[in-house]
Amino acid sequence: MAEWKATKPNNKALAWVEERLPIISLVNNVVGKDTPTPRNLNYWWNFGSLAGLMLVIQIVTGVVIAMHYAANTGLAFDSVERFVRDVNYGYLIRAMHANGASFFFIAVYIHIFRGLYYGSYKAPRELVWMLGLVIMLLMMATAFMGYVLPWGQMSFWGATVITNLFSAIPVVGDSIVTLLWGGFSVDNPTLNRFFSLHYLLPFVLAGVVILHLWAKKISDSGNPLGIDVKSGADQIPFHPYYTVKDGFGVAVFLLIYMCYVTFMPDALGHPDNYIPANPMSTPDSIVPEWYFLPFYAILRSITFDIGIPFTDVVIVPAKLLGVLAMFGSIILLFFLPWLDTSKVRSTKFRPVYFWFFWILVADMVLLTIVGGKKPEGIWPVVGLIGTAYYFAHFLVVLPLLGKIEKTLPLPESIANPVIKAAE
Amino acid sequence: MITMKFVKNIAIALAAVAGLSGAALASAGADKHPMEMEWEFSGPFGKFDLASTQRGWQVYKQVCSNCHALKYFHFRNLSEIGYEENMIKAFAAEYTVAGDIDDAGDPTERAGRPEDAFPSPFANENAARASNGGALPPDLSLIIKARHDGANYVFSLLNGYEDAPAGHEIPAGKHYNAYFKGGAIAMAAPLSDGVLEYEDGTPATQEQMAKDVVNFLTFVGDPHMQTRHQLGVAIVLFLAFWAAVLFLSMKRLWKPVKEGKNFYEGK
Repeated sequence: MAEWKATKPNNKALAWVEERLPIISLVNNVVGKDTPTPRNLNYWWNFGSLAGLMLVIQIVTGVVIAMHYAANTGLAFDSVERFVRDVNYGYLIRAMHANGASFFFIAVYIHIFRGLYYGSYKAPRELVWMLGLVIMLLMMATAFMGYVLPWGQMSFWGATVITNLFSAIPVVGDSIVTLLWGGFSVDNPTLNRFFSLHYLLPFVLAGVVILHLWAKKISDSGNPLGIDVKSGADQIPFHPYYTVKDGFGVAVFLLIYMCYVTFMPDALGHPDNYIPANPMSTPDSIVPEWYFLPFYAILRSITFDIGIPFTDVVIVPAKLLGVLAMFGSIILLFFLPWLDTSKVRSTKFRPVYFWFFWILVADMVLLTIVGGKKPEGIWPVVGLIGTAYYFAHFLVVLPLLGKIEKTLPLPESIANPVIKAAE
Repeated sequence: MITMKFVKNIAIALAAVAGLSGAALASAGADKHPMEMEWEFSGPFGKFDLASTQRGWQVYKQVCSNCHALKYFHFRNLSEIGYEENMIKAFAAEYTVAGDIDDAGDPTERAGRPEDAFPSPFANENAARASNGGALPPDLSLIIKARHDGANYVFSLLNGYEDAPAGHEIPAGKHYNAYFKGGAIAMAAPLSDGVLEYEDGTPATQEQMAKDVVNFLTFVGDPHMQTRHQLGVAIVLFLAFWAAVLFLSMKRLWKPVKEGKNFYEGK
């Protein structure tokens, strides 16, 4: 377990603060020179800091946009256009915010898949993993409500489709929907509360990030070999070694991000959102942003009721089942540390899981494709298969595989990764 | 070996996600695929073709503006496509806009000024529909951004009027256009050769006018495009330099780590 080390700053002012509030120790112990970190982290470990960077960019650009935004159905669309056209650098700040959401998700999704590959969710890091999932859920809620704010066609119809999902919940569903809407349809009260929550949740998220890092400190960072730190020789100080490496990652990631922002700011958006919201006209197809597509595919893949066979009794209607499947697909991940029964963390030493990991990645790509298609022809069937596989991976494959897989011998230590001869 | 395969696999997977999400979004749109045109504004170095954009402004003013509003466009924006202040004042003064309420409490009218938005041809939506057989001519401020592959789409639509194929019923008051969803559009063919005379003497063919007005509408939809492109090139160069510096710093700093230095001797 990681130990906390008190920092004694040389600077008098900092020392004065440190004596009263050990905040410098906090930073030093979590991402500083007093944070012993495995010496073998590869570039996949860069995406945590990149996600943190995107959170900061989103908050800074978002606060500026909020200074010019009018949360009113009659003014919202115009206020965004005015910001883009007439406010200094508005075009840049808005493009950074809109594309920032996508790049935040890119960083977080890669960060999560890194966790899946290297078993970062296994003991003693279960809470790091679960707090990360809370962050992802907060991100999803924030991103969804943010997309509603420009009050374009996709904003309005996306809000209508997604809020309507809650009506599937038995007994209280309709009341929840009325509460979300603040009335009887998506309208001005909906826009107002979404704006309020869109501003609030990122700060809640930032708080959970601190918990996430704190839990990471207690359990130490994982590493690509998935074995525990044995001695000091396995570790290097986080600062300056991983700060400079993260800095390099930041430069490369920002480079790609700014290419989108300046050269193709609308490439990841939907053209329909440049049409002001019109409750009287439904768009051709209502498509969520790309980062929701796999979950949207899971939602739509369930088109059958569950009932008592040979009777008309319906126990779980299709709509509720779809909603349960969608939320369940994420809730399921909270149980991953116990669903995966293998004691070996890193996929490097799990030759069979290696294939299942990549099949899961392919399955998510497939579901992303299905989510973007109209539910006709072959797509609903493909979606159903993809959904079934997703659940099977976590509920069937992982529990069984841990029991039967013959894993490879683990190296003795990080500093000395000589694989013990398998005898 | 595994590492190489791993990197390759994830690269392929990511490329698939990126490409396919784009393709998925592209599924909506017109019936016939728009023509692929070459535009001066496309690509990272793309900029506005000022002469064509100015001609497009003339096309919009003389043809489109009879039915289509341009609510986010202000006369002052014309300075960004090369017009002098006195010309902009003259353009604006051609229009009458609502003035302040006078001392007696009555509405007044005045000549347009550069800070005014381009006046809408109709007082409200109902008036617009009444004059157009029930159809509402959309505001064109964002038309290029609000359609998939907008520039090519609008260009194709303006050149896409033809006789309906046999068996394709067109309702009264509608016109056949293969690029419009469903094929029946309320707008009659707005452009035809010589419908106006260009001030700069360019022959006003239908294609030329369509191209010019698309250039103009692209400017109206995304007035900061050129500035953004230039800024983007500077940002990319700066970040590439920064990435290189950080990479070299990292390599140098990490040397002792790679050589196996133990930072926590005896622990």
